Amino acid sequence: MAKGEIVLGCLAPHPPHVVYAENPEQNEAFSEGGWETLRWGYNRLARKLKTIDYDAMVIFTPHWQTYIGTHFLGLPEFKSKSVDPVFPNIFRFNYDISVDVDLAEKMCEVAGEFGIVTKMMRNPDFRIDYGTITSCHMLNPDWDKPLVTISSNRNAHYYSAEVMNEQASALGEACARAIEESGKKVVLISSHSLSHRHFVTESPLPEDMSREHIYNHSQYVWDMKLVDLMRSGKMREVIDIMPEFTEQTIAETEGGGLTWMMAAMRYPNYPAEIYGYQSVIGTGNLIAAWDPMEATREIVL
Amino acid sequence: MTEPEILFGIYCPPHPQPLLSPEASDGYGKLRDAYETCRKRIEESEADLILVYSTTWPSIIGHQIQAHPEPEWVHVDDDFHFLGSMPYKFRMDVEFADAFKNAAESRGLQSRTIEYDGFPIDTGSVVALKLLNPDNRIPACIVSSNMYANRAETIVLGKSARDAIQEQGKKAVVVVVSSLSNRMFTEHIDPSEDRIHSAKDDEWNRKILEFFDDGRLEDLSQLSREIHGQIRVQKVVAYKPAWWMSATMGQHNNYTGEVLAYEALHGSGGAVVILTPASESVGDKEFDEDDVEHYHGDRGVLDKGML
Repeated sequence: MAKGEIVLGCLAPHPPHVVYAENPEQNEAFSEGGWETLRWGYNRLARKLKTIDYDAMVIFTPHWQTYIGTHFLGLPEFKSKSVDPVFPNIFRFNYDISVDVDLAEKMCEVAGEFGIVTKMMRNPDFRIDYGTITSCHMLNPDWDKPLVTISSNRNAHYYSAEVMNEQASALGEACARAIEESGKKVVLISSHSLSHRHFVTESPLPEDMSREHIYNHSQYVWDMKLVDLMRSGKMREVIDIMPEFTEQTIAETEGGGLTWMMAAMRYPNYPAEIYGYQSVIGTGNLIAAWDPMEATREIVL
Repeated sequence: MTEPEILFGIYCPPHPQPLLSPEASDGYGKLRDAYETCRKRIEESEADLILVYSTTWPSIIGHQIQAHPEPEWVHVDDDFHFLGSMPYKFRMDVEFADAFKNAAESRGLQSRTIEYDGFPIDTGSVVALKLLNPDNRIPACIVSSNMYANRAETIVLGKSARDAIQEQGKKAVVVVVSSLSNRMFTEHIDPSEDRIHSAKDDEWNRKILEFFDDGRLEDLSQLSREIHGQIRVQKVVAYKPAWWMSATMGQHNNYTGEVLAYEALHGSGGAVVILTPASESVGDKEFDEDDVEHYHGDRGVLDKGML
């Protein structure tokens, strides 16, 4: 069997607003649009994914929060409705997803060998979180690839952002080995915003773009610092400053997603493809991708 | 003006073990028995509303209030999914939810009611309502805990609840769903070997329970910042349940306190407490933080005093 490989890594923020703005038939709410910079960036990255040969998407989501280890979805199908607990007015999504259970079990097994506390989730009533659904829908609206969803263990809450960085790195290395041993071609998805301070009020029309801006300039400057490093291919440096960035901007990187993905991809030293940056209800959201194949790597923006 | 009629308050933990696996340890069984005592106490009262503040329902856009008349789903906990599913169908007091939202807005808060099929009611609320009001005999209302809210906002939210109870002429039981210390073990454990995560957490929990036992709710409210620093995992900006509970129940120490159970829940501190309004106050503390009546939002200090 050929060694498995990571064919693309995607930073894919999950504000439900972007799904709401797309008006897919699965979502009950209706919008007049909005957040085009993000959505068009997502659309372009989704087109690139259509050109890539892969077997499964592996997504690390901060909205399945676990405190007792790292959990993996462990049943082949989940069909239900996901309602965002924070923005139920815009996200009530009927989903029908398939899971690559073999790959999930392999990751769970190898992570256990790395000393990471793990658990397979096999309750059929479990509801899939809106982070998983938003990122996966925007990257693959046809939903024609199986997923592996990995919970985010909240080490940043229990210990510190430094411990989160260490633990997420270990998990990334374990997942990379599991992928290699599986023989599969995999797309990794790190589902989160960068800076993550929200406005606590919402305009009567959520998609009123005249009201949308970053929460404050400090958040923006930090976000741009990371974008610059990503453009320069300095992902080791990004992960090194991750604790500081996370604390300064109360960033959603606290869940460990970007650290996990970069560790799994051996900290790329090539430029990230930048697909778009825009605020959503004050938070900073970047769509980016890391393509290990130099021949297909692009300068997008 | 007459005082709102709050029959008593209950402080109880959000973890699912007392509902799903009470037989797994003596401690979980004692917590379940304590819930049962509360259930009977509610049944014997003349309550016509159960008002729940849940720390496991975080919100961002202000304060969300459940207003679906009959929310129904099968809930599964993110961590403890292996303990089983929690099917529920509750009866909500929609009229009260609307009144609560209006009262909150009148005091300057951002608030909205939530009434969507399939909305994910949180583990803590599901556990509390299924154990305290299993037959839906009494209509309920649930309010979220805004993740950015601090003391002023939370106290004003409590006062808004009080306004709504008074305006509606309800006889309410106030339920706060929250752990004491909330650090769980980060490994899977044998439930029969469950214990409080550390001696420090245990000492602080017992001190808090002394205050509860003496009926010193307002004193606990005033100690919230200290409690947050000492025994709360820093997930949110502050330990808010005592602020909300005291503000809702009248900001005093005149209660008869009953600590019905105190046990470990995967390392965190779980206590079931009843506070019944009484006539005598206790306590020897003086406080200097302002009492807040109206929420004015951020003070906007960043652009003041600039050269």
